[in-house]
Amino acid sequence: MKTWLIVPLGLLAILVLTLFAFQLPVGESLKLLFEGAFADKYGVHRTILKSVPLILIALGIVVAWRAGVFNIGGEGQLLVGVSAGAAVAHIFAGQGWFFQVFILVVCMLAAGAYAGIAAWLYAARGVNVVISTILLNFVAIYLVNYLVRGPLQEPTKAIPQTATLAPAAMFPVLDRQTGLHAGIFVVPIAALLVWLWIQKSPSGFRLRLVGQNPNAARAARIPVTRVSVMALVWSGALCGLAGGIEYLGVSGYLFDKFSPGWGFLGIPVALLGGLNPFGVVLSGLYFGALFAGSRNLEAFGSASSSLVFAMQGAAVLGFVALSEYVRARSIRGAA
Amino acid sequence: MSAVPGLIGATLSLGTPLVIAAAGEVIAERAGVIDIGLEGTMLASAFAGFYVSEVTGNPWLGILGGIAAALALFFVAAHLILRQAADQVVVGTGINLFSLGVTGWLFVVLVGKTGKLASVPTIPKTAGALALNPLMIAAVVFVFSSWFLLKKTRWGLAARAAGEAPFAAEAAGYSVIRLRFQAMLYAAFLAGIAGAYLSLAQTSSFAENMTEGRGFVVIAAVTFGRWTSVGSALACLLISFAYGVKYLTLSLGLAIPSQLFDALPYLLALAVLAAAGRGGIAPASLAVPYRPK
Repeated sequence: MKTWLIVPLGLLAILVLTLFAFQLPVGESLKLLFEGAFADKYGVHRTILKSVPLILIALGIVVAWRAGVFNIGGEGQLLVGVSAGAAVAHIFAGQGWFFQVFILVVCMLAAGAYAGIAAWLYAARGVNVVISTILLNFVAIYLVNYLVRGPLQEPTKAIPQTATLAPAAMFPVLDRQTGLHAGIFVVPIAALLVWLWIQKSPSGFRLRLVGQNPNAARAARIPVTRVSVMALVWSGALCGLAGGIEYLGVSGYLFDKFSPGWGFLGIPVALLGGLNPFGVVLSGLYFGALFAGSRNLEAFGSASSSLVFAMQGAAVLGFVALSEYVRARSIRGAA
Repeated sequence: MSAVPGLIGATLSLGTPLVIAAAGEVIAERAGVIDIGLEGTMLASAFAGFYVSEVTGNPWLGILGGIAAALALFFVAAHLILRQAADQVVVGTGINLFSLGVTGWLFVVLVGKTGKLASVPTIPKTAGALALNPLMIAAVVFVFSSWFLLKKTRWGLAARAAGEAPFAAEAAGYSVIRLRFQAMLYAAFLAGIAGAYLSLAQTSSFAENMTEGRGFVVIAAVTFGRWTSVGSALACLLISFAYGVKYLTLSLGLAIPSQLFDALPYLLALAVLAAAGRGGIAPASLAVPYRPK
């Protein structure tokens, strides 16, 4: 069997198994999932919108993980980025594309700086990035919890959320019926830029070398720590970008559950995309479609909303088993 | 000063699951395996403990159920980490996501979103503000047994060798895979008890994602405790004190944003990590996949 076929077939197998475990009628569920994600304009647009934050977070994960830095803090970085973006958006209350780019830059800077805390802890104190980024997630969640009830709360102080942006301040809407917005075009641009950087530039080569073999990188006089720090900060910035796009394109305000766990879901998306920027776009669209389609399954009961999450975990573990299997096979083949 | 016994009681009660999990994690890490999936393991055990206790009406069987759930995840993790030499962080992340999704789903399916908070039979505790329970004694025993295992037995010496210089351990006639398997098994056993404690002693119910990062806090505490059994336990108590302070301030109604206290244990864990640093004390082969030559 061709290696490239294993991943889609494996994903389909995991989906069927998960549906089976959730005691849902497999055939009908698959049909409903497909219809919900692709059947009409609404489905397709919903799939695209759901996959935008997943892909951008996953691009951030790719940058860090390819450098061997296990950033698990996408959730916190996204939230801190959006918090800063929302704060600045309300101070300047501008509109138009210049304003939107400005807000996105603020989101990226704040999120990058937040990832920078973990990067500093790693570089200066040798603190494991997995643990520090996870702990910073919780700090960020409580920070947002405080901000939307305190300094950033909407003027009437009735609901725990920020004031909603004026329509003119948000991205231009491409389709009024589905809410598709112009911010989606950031995704292919970001994927292309990340690909050019990681795969085609000297800086990206150093980054990959540090990830694959830090000792060899050190021997080649590559500043390993500096490369790791830079990868983590850029990773955070991309997560902040994901939050900014969602803020300016979809919600227009910040609230407690602004992110339904995108920062965590981006990890399986990145892994299934083979930690490759273009692969990530495909796997992001796959999970976006699953999100969009799983809406249709709610007819079978409210439990199906956890389906996507259970599948994500199963997909990661399946992916790990699969990639080790493929590697073992290729080693045998080479020998 | 009526708040003092309450604060001590809260620190002990909230610290017990951390101490128990850390007693296991310290063994796994000394043998070279960082159990990033601890969070998900504890969550699965919290749910299993809750559900078994609800069905059987016996909280002690609930603890056994928690252990069983932890062992089930352990076999998956051990297969991937030891047999396939997969990256420990990636496997652990998968375990965490999987556990979060499955427990959330099972909770809705088995218990239902009835709005009524399901309360199950819990581990008995003493009356009064201190509210001691038998698992606190067990926690002390586990810390001692971990110390004894690591420092006083031939197995502990071999396991530490597996975490420092696995090829040397292998050359000395030990199976690194087997040593790490045994260390992970011990850690999973304790993680199961710790997780079940959350739903059967600390509370009497289950909530989605109820571990709230405690698994990661334990890993941070083991680092701060310099990979020693007693040091890790003390670090856990320091962090659980921060959890306890939160409950105390809620009851006193102070004019400080409550979210600051929510975030305090995590900030403290970060500060503790920054203060401790990694130094040269970490097991040299921690988180390095081992492939026998």
